[in-house]
Amino acid sequence: MIEKSLNPQSREAEFVAFRAGSLEFCINIMSVREIRGWTPATAIPRAPSYIRGVINLRGVVLPIVDLGVRLGLPGTEPTARHVIIVAQVGERAAGLLVDSVSDILSVEDTSIQPTPDVASQLARMFVRGVIAMDGRMISVITMDNVLPAGMDLEAA
Amino acid sequence: MTVTILTVDDSRTMRDMLRMALVDAGFRVVQAEDGLHGLDVLRGEKPQVVITDINMPRMDGFGFIEAVRQDAQYRAIPILVLTTESDDEKKLRARRAGATGWIVKPFDPAKLIAAVRRVAA
Amino acid sequence: MDPMAEIRLTFFQECEEQLTALENGLLSMQEGDSDSETVNAVFRAVHSIKGGAGAFKLNALVNFAHIFETALDRVRSGELVPDVDAMKLFLRAADALADLVSASRDGGVEVTAPYVAIEEEFNALIGGGGAAAEEDEFANLAFQPIITAFDEPPPPPAQNVFTIRLRPLRELFAKANEPLALFRELARLGTLTSICDIKNLPFLDTFEPEDSYLSWELRLETDSQRAAVKEVFDFVEGDCDLAIELAQSATAPPPPEMDITAILRKVREEAPAIAAAAAAAAPPPEADAAPKAVKAAVQPTIRVDLDRVDRLINLVGELVINQAMLTQRVLHSSHVRDREVTSSLEELERLTREIQESVMAIRAQPVRPLFQRMSRIVREVADATSKDVRLRTEGEATEVDKTVVELLADPLTHMIRNAVDHGLEGPEQRVAAGKAPEGTVKLAAAHRSGRVIIEVSDDGQGINRPRVLQKAIANGLVPPDAQLSDSEIDNLLFLPGFSTASTVSNISGRGVGMDVVKRSIQALGGRISIASAPGKGSTFTLSLPLTLAVLDGIVVTVDEQVFVIPLTAIVETVKHEPSRIHHLGDHSFVLRVRDVLVPLIDVGAELGVRGPTSDLRSGVAILIETANGTRSALLVDNIQDQRQVVIKSLETNYMRVDGIAAATILGDGRVAMILDVDALVGPRHHDWVAAETPLAKAS
Repeated sequence: MIEKSLNPQSREAEFVAFRAGSLEFCINIMSVREIRGWTPATAIPRAPSYIRGVINLRGVVLPIVDLGVRLGLPGTEPTARHVIIVAQVGERAAGLLVDSVSDILSVEDTSIQPTPDVASQLARMFVRGVIAMDGRMISVITMDNVLPAGMDLEAA
Repeated sequence: MTVTILTVDDSRTMRDMLRMALVDAGFRVVQAEDGLHGLDVLRGEKPQVVITDINMPRMDGFGFIEAVRQDAQYRAIPILVLTTESDDEKKLRARRAGATGWIVKPFDPAKLIAAVRRVAA
Repeated sequence: MDPMAEIRLTFFQECEEQLTALENGLLSMQEGDSDSETVNAVFRAVHSIKGGAGAFKLNALVNFAHIFETALDRVRSGELVPDVDAMKLFLRAADALADLVSASRDGGVEVTAPYVAIEEEFNALIGGGGAAAEEDEFANLAFQPIITAFDEPPPPPAQNVFTIRLRPLRELFAKANEPLALFRELARLGTLTSICDIKNLPFLDTFEPEDSYLSWELRLETDSQRAAVKEVFDFVEGDCDLAIELAQSATAPPPPEMDITAILRKVREEAPAIAAAAAAAAPPPEADAAPKAVKAAVQPTIRVDLDRVDRLINLVGELVINQAMLTQRVLHSSHVRDREVTSSLEELERLTREIQESVMAIRAQPVRPLFQRMSRIVREVADATSKDVRLRTEGEATEVDKTVVELLADPLTHMIRNAVDHGLEGPEQRVAAGKAPEGTVKLAAAHRSGRVIIEVSDDGQGINRPRVLQKAIANGLVPPDAQLSDSEIDNLLFLPGFSTASTVSNISGRGVGMDVVKRSIQALGGRISIASAPGKGSTFTLSLPLTLAVLDGIVVTVDEQVFVIPLTAIVETVKHEPSRIHHLGDHSFVLRVRDVLVPLIDVGAELGVRGPTSDLRSGVAILIETANGTRSALLVDNIQDQRQVVIKSLETNYMRVDGIAAATILGDGRVAMILDVDALVGPRHHDWVAAETPLAKAS
């Protein structure tokens, strides 16, 4: 499971692996603030379709992104079995709505391969590479473009 | 035994600077904001040396020194006055009121400590 | 942070306080206050700034403050009685000093011309530079300088040996000087030996404990020079007989013995006379000095980090939410309907609310500093436009949330500038109109029905309505044949696009219009309105929330979604029977409320919750009033209740949403949106005014 490198220079990082829309993804654990169960979100008027709304995270209003929808996959009605990964995006926090979280991987930088050409335009925005492991293709998510573009203008 | 010094000055900046220089030299510092407050702290803390400014609200340096010199219990306490260089007449007036010595503002920490040592018995 | 950097911060903070005290004192003096304590306080403010500046080597600041202080010292001593022009100079100097402090803080003073000009005016006022020492003090004292040794030999390479004779007078001890301390200091310079001469010691029966009977002869071997040895005795000169002789130096022959005994005898004889004179000259203590100086009791205060206060406020906000959630859960849990539980919960709610109010109050600050800044603005604009203006303030102690105070600065500045620049006429015009040549701008603050009301008014020419209407038509903001009431014309000032290049002057210009002011006020959760009488003046009224963190609102639902409408915007709920609804085409509806027609807004459709509702007759209509006074009716499904809610930012993690002011967390833990009524209604109302002017007459 854990890939060991003979090169002492390469860096190892831990990733949280999860499933969304029957595909596997992972996100650097340094970006993950917490993982929690689904709570119904309050809709935000005129928000993009991939924003499910906001939830109350201990007094903070947290936007929820349906990752499947963001990637162009059809959305699903979330149930109590779905999971929210609370991730740090710069100075903000956001919740990723996913199907389930599978495990924590220790991966070396060098094991991350570039995103294959067949991946969609959309996918390229958030996927910074893929990890091949035990017959699994795990896309590495970066939070940079997950939230609506309009938010960058507000960031200051 | 650590020597306690009371600094009386209405300027927070000056109090902070005095404290910094004195604590660095190993003294314990207590503070007051004007003459009246100074008398209170004096009686409470019984310092070995007092350093006071002249221009202060409520009771200025002169009033403070005179009040201290008239108090049977504290008349023997050394009091150093903060003066500006050109203030000869203030210096004189402070001495006549009973000041032990003076420190010129802006003060050089080394000279401050030397002055304190000269009067701390 | 390095301690000096911290003290530097403290210094500049203190400068701000001193500058405020300085301005207040000068204004007070200008109004005729000649109380010595006021003048002293003004002097001390400049003196303090000078003192600290010296410590940080801010030379430009020290020099300017010095001459300012010198002039103030003259006033303090009664030598100089300032006239109207002198007071104006002082005020200008205070403004310049403030600028100089800022420049010194931000790094480097570049432009010195304005300060030099003021310095020259000061010199003219006090007649020449520098402070002259007062001669009389010296005459009374006539103390003897230290008797010095006479030939100064060239500095020898080897050790010097000094013979020091010290005979303290009683004054030395009276000033708490201590020979032992002096000897210890001498010992630091080299090797010291001492012989104490006790021959003057009387028998116990004549012994005066405060008299001085001892004298010492000391021998000091040191590398130091005479000056260093003499320095040790700096504090006691005049209070002792002191002789410092260079007994032996490495190269020079020992100087001849001088008979100083005769000189000492003379000094000793004169000393008591001098001491007596000194004692007599010392002013008697004033028993009542303290009470006179204390104008008002000093309230104990404590300085707290703003971060801590904010954290506390957030936590209290959480507490409120949790308390609400707890109450709801307990009350809904079927088996517990205990009266005691209920009353305990009510008590809990009451306590929580009280804690919240107290905590909010921590951030509350008087508007005084804000009003004082305006004082300077008035002076500057009045000067620049050659008008005579005075600023009157009322309610400076009114407290407002700290953030509100800060964010009000810009809009208030703009309004004050406008008032002086455009509102007030020049002196001749005023006199011609039968008014006093001096114009008045008034700033008043007060608490009214849970809000803070701030009024900015002037006694100038009022709003020129025909011109305003003309300009609005010219800019396409209203149709050419529009018939508007006086107050509607006044409100045109708030429309974006109203101010054009022709209204932009150097003073109040910079392209900032009243619409920006209005938006700033609204961003604070406030409203602004205007009233004006031609020839008499204008008044802007700001209504602001007391705190930014909580809101009183009505909770409504649209299609299962919960929204909160701020209570301040709500006028009333209205019946919206079909007979009162009129269709204007393209999904625009109006509702007749008594005799006025207002737009009817389908909140669900407007926010994209659902498509336009087919049946306008269902639901509830709420009549609201926006900041500029226009009214609309919001159509929602249900009204739940009225609640005080804690405001949570939507923008922290998401972004600004049009029509939504902020979010809140309800008792059930779910997030609800707080509607931004003005944004919801705004554009629509515009269109309506432009397109349907005949209806405007139907009022």
